[in-house]
Amino acid sequence: MHLLYQIFIDPFVQMGHAPDLLMQTLWEGLVAGVLYSLIALGFVLIFKASGVFNFAQGIMVVFSALTLVGLYAHGVPAFFALGLTIGVMFLLALAVERFVLRPLVNQAEIILFMATFGLTYILIGFGELIFGGDPKVMITDQLLLPSGSYTIKMLGGFVQMQKIDIAAAVIASLMVASLAVFFQKTRIGRALRAVADSHRAALSVGISLEYIWVTVWFAAGIVALATGIMWGARSNVSFALEIIALKALPVLILGGFTSIPGAIVGGIIIGVGEKIGEFYWGPLFGSGIEEWFAYVIALVFLLFRPQGLFGERIIERI
Amino acid sequence: MRAPGGPDVAVGDVLLSVENVSLTFGGVKAVSDVSFDIRKGEIRAIIGPNGAGKTSMLNIINGFYHPHLGRINFKGETRSKMRPHDAAYGGIARTFQNVALFRGMTVLDNIMAGRMLKMHKNFFWQLLRFGPATTEEVENRHRVEQIIDFLKIQEIRRTPVGRLPYGLQKRVELGRALAMEPDLLLLDEPMAGMNIEEKEDMSRFVLDVNDHYGTTIALIEHDMGVVMDLSDRVVVLDHGIKIADGTPDEVSADQGVIDAYLGVAH
Repeated sequence: MHLLYQIFIDPFVQMGHAPDLLMQTLWEGLVAGVLYSLIALGFVLIFKASGVFNFAQGIMVVFSALTLVGLYAHGVPAFFALGLTIGVMFLLALAVERFVLRPLVNQAEIILFMATFGLTYILIGFGELIFGGDPKVMITDQLLLPSGSYTIKMLGGFVQMQKIDIAAAVIASLMVASLAVFFQKTRIGRALRAVADSHRAALSVGISLEYIWVTVWFAAGIVALATGIMWGARSNVSFALEIIALKALPVLILGGFTSIPGAIVGGIIIGVGEKIGEFYWGPLFGSGIEEWFAYVIALVFLLFRPQGLFGERIIERI
Repeated sequence: MRAPGGPDVAVGDVLLSVENVSLTFGGVKAVSDVSFDIRKGEIRAIIGPNGAGKTSMLNIINGFYHPHLGRINFKGETRSKMRPHDAAYGGIARTFQNVALFRGMTVLDNIMAGRMLKMHKNFFWQLLRFGPATTEEVENRHRVEQIIDFLKIQEIRRTPVGRLPYGLQKRVELGRALAMEPDLLLLDEPMAGMNIEEKEDMSRFVLDVNDHYGTTIALIEHDMGVVMDLSDRVVVLDHGIKIADGTPDEVSADQGVIDAYLGVAH
């Protein structure tokens, strides 16, 4: 009886008693969620256009952030370094298309998936070789990203909001909006969807796979860079960041692998769910449930909507 | 034996010729030393028993396979291999033996995808959905609606193609190829798996495309009745080798062809 009370009643009583704490938790969840969304977005882009689950997305985040910080450390001015990093991500997209994807055209998806594993380890090795393995500090100030925080008085208490988090939310929203429009409204977007559906058919109507793949990998690279800057600003830039990419998995399950809005909503549900779960239900389990709570949420969703919240309906004629 | 009447397109110059083409997969010869040509405005059939190399031949023509020996001459330009993108750009459209459509997209979007190469406007205009891009979208949409009318698939235009029965999927695939306004249309078994009524419809469409648009067509077909009715000239392959080439009457009277189809005592 006491346990049921602790699970179903007590947390809500606490929320009611201290609404400012609830708001603070919600805000932190929202921010974490936005960053999860950004990572998931990188996956969705590549999955949409090539049907490949790109295992290397996490390491692309680390690699782009390392490149940016590394270039700055070598005396390149911050914004010039940013431009150069974008250039590097473009070269990476070209190289991936030429040396990984092109030789594997028309191969089964699992083979392309395995190839992205290979890519992950190449990038880890390459990154360590050039930039070293030690954690670095993101150059937030030099990129004119705001620091400090706002403290807002509300609900009989205070809610603290980091400015960098607000900036992250704004940048992520802009990025998502422009990508959604790009996919839905342009000829290139239609070509991307066509390639995702059938390589052969896309080739036969004159869509160049090379061009499409470079485009999506480049877009995913830009998203990775934005993610890297934002995550790097919160912690450090190190290879440990790669682990957060695993958080994208429940987000994708929730949102659907092919939906950009799904990545956003999924990210926010996971982020908020995680923080709320940790804060109010965590003590019951001796805390630390943040690590696995996301997967529980995803599992529950899978039971009811296997295609995710926004995934394309699985249409099959039997 | 073409249907009499109608403004038959004059069969003219050579549009595409395949010269001494060979293709091997490992040790298997899919096509060996095959030469034939396709003339402007004709319906050219490629027939042969299973495994004769017919589909390989189509794949070579539109650049899915690259021949190991030989050349392809298309519109006066000779090359040893095509790339699919170049083939499409040059005006070769095709359908596939086992339907290759964009299953998640609607009929309309599938056929619009065929207009991809006809739309050139800068994508910044498209992002804004403004100015020249809008006009272009409208023009292309208009052409696509004409094709939808022509193929009589108005009522399913908003349906995702994955839900359609096979016969209709084949028709949508033809629509997508037509949307490219090709000079050469390659049809890989357009009537496979269809019932008699569907076959008759499809034959009608093929003839109409050839008559109205003057499109040159090369098709692979198993149904000999269909081949005899539709085609102007027939090339027969067997085990990757060309064994006959001529009008339907000539080919069906050829002893080598009869042997290939019926088997011969050794």
